[in-house]
Amino acid sequence: MDFNDTTSEAEFRVEARDWLASQVPKREPGQAYAVRRGDDALLPLAKEWQAKKFEANFAGINLPKEYGGRGDTRVEQIIFAQEEANFVTPPTVFGISHGMVVPTLLAYATEEQKQRYVPATLRGDEVWCQLFSEPAGGSDLAGLRTRSERDGDEWTVNGQKIWTSGGHYADLGVLVTRSDAGVEKHKGLTYFFIDMKSPGIEVRQIKQISGASHFNEVFFTDLKIPDSQRLGKEGEGWRVAITTLMNERVETGVRPAPDFDDIFALARDLVLEDGPAIADDAIRDQLADWYVQTRGVQLTRMRTMTAMSRGQQPGPENSIAKVVNSSKRQRIAQFGMDLMDMGGIVRDRASMPMESLFQDAMLDSPGNRIAAGTDEILRNVIGERVLGLPREVRVDKDKPFADLAALEK
Amino acid sequence: MNFDFSDDQRMLRDQAQKFLTDQSPPRVVRDVLEDSAKAYDEKLWGEMAALGWMGTAIPEEYGGAGLCPEDLCVLAEELGRSLAPTPFSSSVYLATEALLLAGSEDQKQKYLPDLAMGETIGCFALAEGVGVPTPKNISVTASNGALSGVKEPVADGDVANFVVVLARSGAADERGMSLYLVDLDGVDRESVETIDPTRSHARLTFNGTSAELLGAEGEGWDLVQKIIDRAAVYFAFEQVGGAQASLDMAVDYAKNRFAFGRPIGSYQAIKHKLADMYIATELARSNAYYGAWAITTGAPDVSVAAAAARVAASEAFNHAARENIQTHGGMGFTWEFDCHMYYRRAKILSLNLGGERRWKDRLISQLEARNAA
Repeated sequence: MDFNDTTSEAEFRVEARDWLASQVPKREPGQAYAVRRGDDALLPLAKEWQAKKFEANFAGINLPKEYGGRGDTRVEQIIFAQEEANFVTPPTVFGISHGMVVPTLLAYATEEQKQRYVPATLRGDEVWCQLFSEPAGGSDLAGLRTRSERDGDEWTVNGQKIWTSGGHYADLGVLVTRSDAGVEKHKGLTYFFIDMKSPGIEVRQIKQISGASHFNEVFFTDLKIPDSQRLGKEGEGWRVAITTLMNERVETGVRPAPDFDDIFALARDLVLEDGPAIADDAIRDQLADWYVQTRGVQLTRMRTMTAMSRGQQPGPENSIAKVVNSSKRQRIAQFGMDLMDMGGIVRDRASMPMESLFQDAMLDSPGNRIAAGTDEILRNVIGERVLGLPREVRVDKDKPFADLAALEK
Repeated sequence: MNFDFSDDQRMLRDQAQKFLTDQSPPRVVRDVLEDSAKAYDEKLWGEMAALGWMGTAIPEEYGGAGLCPEDLCVLAEELGRSLAPTPFSSSVYLATEALLLAGSEDQKQKYLPDLAMGETIGCFALAEGVGVPTPKNISVTASNGALSGVKEPVADGDVANFVVVLARSGAADERGMSLYLVDLDGVDRESVETIDPTRSHARLTFNGTSAELLGAEGEGWDLVQKIIDRAAVYFAFEQVGGAQASLDMAVDYAKNRFAFGRPIGSYQAIKHKLADMYIATELARSNAYYGAWAITTGAPDVSVAAAAARVAASEAFNHAARENIQTHGGMGFTWEFDCHMYYRRAKILSLNLGGERRWKDRLISQLEARNAA
């Protein structure tokens, strides 16, 4: 084993760190990783930051140069992310665009489309959203009902999507639709990309527990899509969607906050009835559990990174990161507030420890356990794909989609 | 960066796994469990010795293979997976490491070549009954080269040739603690019954027994901390191996046991339980890998790494062993099924070097120290 960077990796790390230091302030312990999310006024800041990274050749680090990337590997991409996490930067609104849509475009779009969309996306000029989930198709994504009908070179789409992150500011979207209800549900799907400013699209924001609105409902009424914007073959939309979602599993590696470092800092700073919180045995016991989880996830990522740097597919061990981090974040948030005792209920960035990080996360974190694969779905994934356990009995198998509604009666 | 074992190490793992599948199947473990006259499997020990395993991390000049701690970790994982009923952990992770760390040249020459060949077995005596051994309460005393007092339970104390003992040589504080080497021939020793008879334990009674200092007088407490940091990583690999074996056993059963017309592994109640066992095992594995790297390279945060490996691995193996029994239902708690052999081993490994509560406290103390530095 060798935890040291290779010479070229070390050079890249220094280059990245120096550049970051010249652009943004260093993050102090207990400080948020990013300027807080959730405020749409931050969008211009995010775009400006992305453009700077693009101009400095730190966007799309592992993507080909001909589409505006840097042409390095995932390892350099991860190194940059590690270094960037030591600074306070504008919020990330490009996770879906860069992590999920760009790999899908590179796999399925025409050369002309790649040239048109990938560099602009990497520069942050255009933001994408992902129009997959529906009221009737969340965890069971292939249960989606939004209809698409072809007429020559044009498609007409009617239906509704939900949980669309950033849909209210996205310029473009990727969309999965049902083009054939007469076949088994995974076989009748077709995938498109669309301009979110097209007529026939209505976006309504959803207000979350935290008061923020990251997500939207999106309604389609006779939306027209040229056939040239279809990705993959007609009826093979499920396969394209899997390409998008496979990248989601790698991409959702964002750093949760508060995490161990934050609760550890809080426990050192706070004075309780018998002295510093950190001196309390019950608190130490709990902190130790979170340390080994946090460290375990980080180190598991490094194992994945090692496998990727050898050109291997990420191992199954990476699937645990989201399950562990999302629950941990929720519990750390609640525990941190408990340490603050009666005063812990106050939600005020100006006066509360760590700019109210714990209170905000308490309200925001339930969504982490649901979005991008619920805790339960991810445990199914681990059970079935990693451990090879038998699938649940499926009553919807081998039946035309149109016949499934009868099952719900 | 490269966070994985090398090709050579993976080959060593494959060979060890194959060897132990043949030589240490559950039947061999059960023989030791059920035969009260059998403290360990001498045939297995002999074959491990023939492969040179005990000398893995001993330098060539003392008759070892001169490999690194990472290589020993590879073997530890497989020994844990197979529940190998031998005094390997006492002799190799503790007694040998103590000599490598603190032994004089004469002591190394005297003990290490025989330890490397498996011809001498060493053990390590810290505990004095129920409770936590601290400089304030260690009651075994040393004066004029003779020890008096009782150590128990001492893993492999009934079969070892010598023991490394922590004793009080001065005041009841850290500086009053010293380590001693004691030849066990002629020492009063009695086997004690434990929750896991596949790992034998003894009560050692010293009564003016002659002893030789290991390391300088007054350095015993510091040496013990270094020894158990390293041992914690080796133990963590045994625990990860045991956790993986428990998980594999539960998965296999869940695929083949039918209830209500379906394999029980198709029910989410079981599937999610097994997913949680997998998660705990992988978190422990990653922490253990880092511990292996840290003790191999002498990384500055070795104490943090060791404690994290220990905490994660104790949790993972105890968790996996408990839930393996639960997955097996009624048959899981019978003597006939093998589940209980993992359940016993999980608990004994998590107490042998000090319990989970204490290692969690140690982890946070080490993080505080690192933070203050």
